[in-house]
Amino acid sequence: MTKQEFTITVYTENQIGLLNRIAIIFSRRKINVESLNTSPSEVEGIHRFTIVIHEAEEVVKKLVRQIEKQVEVLKAYYNNNEELIWQELALYKVSTDEIAEHVKVERLLREHGARAVVIRKDYTVFETTGHREETDKLITVLEPYGLIEFVRSARVAIIKASSGFHEKLREFEALEPSEEVIENEFLDKQDEVFTM
Amino acid sequence: MQSTLSQPQKAALPTKNETISGSKAVLEALLAEGVKTIFGYPGGAIMPIYDALYDYTDKLEHILVRHEQGGIHAAQGYARTSGNVGVVFATSGPGATNLVTGLADAMIDSTPLVAVTGQVFAHLLGTDAFQETDVINITTPVTKWNYQVTDAAEIPAVLAKAFYIARSGRPGPVLIDITKNAQLQLFEYEGYKKCEHVRSYRPKPIIRKEYIEQAAALINEAKQPFVIFGQGVILGKAEKEFIQFIEKAGIPSAWTIMGMSAIPTNHPLAVGMLGMHGNYGPNVLTNECDLLIAIGMRFDDRVTGRLDKYAKQAKVIHLDIDPAEIDKNVKATVPVWGDCKDTLPLLTELIEPKVYPQWLQKFRDYAQQEQEQCIEPELHPTTDILSMGEVINVLNELTGGDAIIVTDVGQHQMVACRYANFNQTKSNITSGGLGTMGFALPAAIGAKYGDPKRTVVAVIGDGGFQMTLQELGTIMQFDVNVKILILNNEFLGMVRQWQQLFHDRRYSFVNITSPDFVQVAKGYRIEGNSVRERKELREALSTMLNHNGAYLLEVMVGKENNVFPMVPQGCSVAEIRLK
Repeated sequence: MTKQEFTITVYTENQIGLLNRIAIIFSRRKINVESLNTSPSEVEGIHRFTIVIHEAEEVVKKLVRQIEKQVEVLKAYYNNNEELIWQELALYKVSTDEIAEHVKVERLLREHGARAVVIRKDYTVFETTGHREETDKLITVLEPYGLIEFVRSARVAIIKASSGFHEKLREFEALEPSEEVIENEFLDKQDEVFTM
Repeated sequence: MQSTLSQPQKAALPTKNETISGSKAVLEALLAEGVKTIFGYPGGAIMPIYDALYDYTDKLEHILVRHEQGGIHAAQGYARTSGNVGVVFATSGPGATNLVTGLADAMIDSTPLVAVTGQVFAHLLGTDAFQETDVINITTPVTKWNYQVTDAAEIPAVLAKAFYIARSGRPGPVLIDITKNAQLQLFEYEGYKKCEHVRSYRPKPIIRKEYIEQAAALINEAKQPFVIFGQGVILGKAEKEFIQFIEKAGIPSAWTIMGMSAIPTNHPLAVGMLGMHGNYGPNVLTNECDLLIAIGMRFDDRVTGRLDKYAKQAKVIHLDIDPAEIDKNVKATVPVWGDCKDTLPLLTELIEPKVYPQWLQKFRDYAQQEQEQCIEPELHPTTDILSMGEVINVLNELTGGDAIIVTDVGQHQMVACRYANFNQTKSNITSGGLGTMGFALPAAIGAKYGDPKRTVVAVIGDGGFQMTLQELGTIMQFDVNVKILILNNEFLGMVRQWQQLFHDRRYSFVNITSPDFVQVAKGYRIEGNSVRERKELREALSTMLNHNGAYLLEVMVGKENNVFPMVPQGCSVAEIRLK
């Protein structure tokens, strides 16, 4: 069981205390959360958690079931990186003098897909979005010129194969959901485990 | 002239569309949910609810316990024998933190509870106010759901949701924390509506026909199938469906400690108890069956022993209402998600009637070996010193297996569960998952309220009894007819047994001194007796059972007796030791 990066996407009610309920599922098992983002989702009133962890798939599966078991969680999914489109946003604060003197700002912006958010006499703030490697690269470039501050956001991710949550929510609101909409991972994914 | 000290007047009960207090709304909710008994303890932050309770004493019975832990264990005992949701009240701060052990116990043993705690005024939250504690965050890992109410208008809907969540699906404890201002606040009451649906919560997974068919096919092909079942059968109220299933399938069946009493212990297909101190056959043959059918059980480590050597030869069918249990510990060949009350009849319909005389005989052969090497010496010792097993054996003869047996945790628990006979379901009440010493005495009080017609015997060790013996006060005040049977070996016996077997007899702090239990009981105006001679045993037990009211009987038993068979930790179930 090799560990790899997985992104867990959780659709939830907007409820105080739910962040803690989800967080302790990881901490109880001594699993480190690499990044965690909460935001609104495509459906009004439904929140979306995006959680990145480095774990074996077997473990991730169990975590997802524990998350889904929480009363206020509607649905949880897990995906590997191939199944996702994702971005992180990073901000870099550097001294304007330093940067103007030593680097060609234009080249910097072009090569790293960055843009200047604020330019002041004393400092400039750049912004990039991208994968971890891409935002890391700009740190390496800027470090020699005195990187004053750096911050990176949690990952936000879109599941390539997902058709969104509007349809599903309707099923959740119904008393008797149809079998087709409540997907079942054993039927969908476990064919190799059970054959008749 | 009228005295100013005249009895306070009772207020009238609310009608629909009336302005009432949050506290009244709490009690109206309990009535609407059919609650009759509350276990609790008042305090500053829950006083408005207790004040409202003053007007409801003809409809709601409140049992004043001696400690909040006693209150919640009593609510657990009540829930387990009645099959209904247990209710406990406690105040904020220490009152609420004293519930934590009981919540954890109810969580791991899937017991439906609603705990209502008082909380400081909403404007004081987070200020370290007197008796303020962050109850919601403290109890999050040990509740199925919890919620803090700061506005009285939320109370009817929140309580309705609490009861629905506690009892539906895989049951569990729910805690509702209500700030004092919300208890006092008046609001427009629109009546109580029971909750039947929460959109983010699916208590019962959808039954998939494919699984039922695949499971039936495996059962029909099997040569040596083995059924292991847990409390899911009892919680699902599926005892009848379960018996119909095993009788048609003809499959030998063993229970976990929590599943015990779901079928009569003398059922022809019953082969005994699983697990660390379970029976010989069920443990050994788990590793010989070709099909393991797990019903409403969760493959606890005390049942499976070493997991990588557990039933590796067998295909596994796992029936459970909680999808998170599937593949958690043991990989299922076919998972049958759903309430076993619904899935078992579907399965029964598709299977062929069968018998497995040779396979069943294997269980009988192992049982014979166990009988000779373990059971016989335990039930009929050759020394003058009494054994725990013979006490339970005589108790069986006197109760005929009709009593509810509530056990604490330790050697006496294992012995009681190994040897007690049960004729009907919901009769074995014990702290299975959490292993909470001190559980039995308060749980027995609740068990009696949950099923008042039946005899309740609390079997407790000398250690565990001293953890919650203050509840003798509750028994005294409310005249609760429970029989307390202390099996006193003057040791913390189970730890001592492990120290003997695995720590070279280094008896580290297991030597526990006890007070004169009979005198303690007498202080609480509870009659009692203590015996140590075999010739006194039967009569002493009979006196206890026939006594009109609570009774405490202490039986002095062998100090260094061990519970066998035993699957030592880290060993496979097939390596179970008879001595």
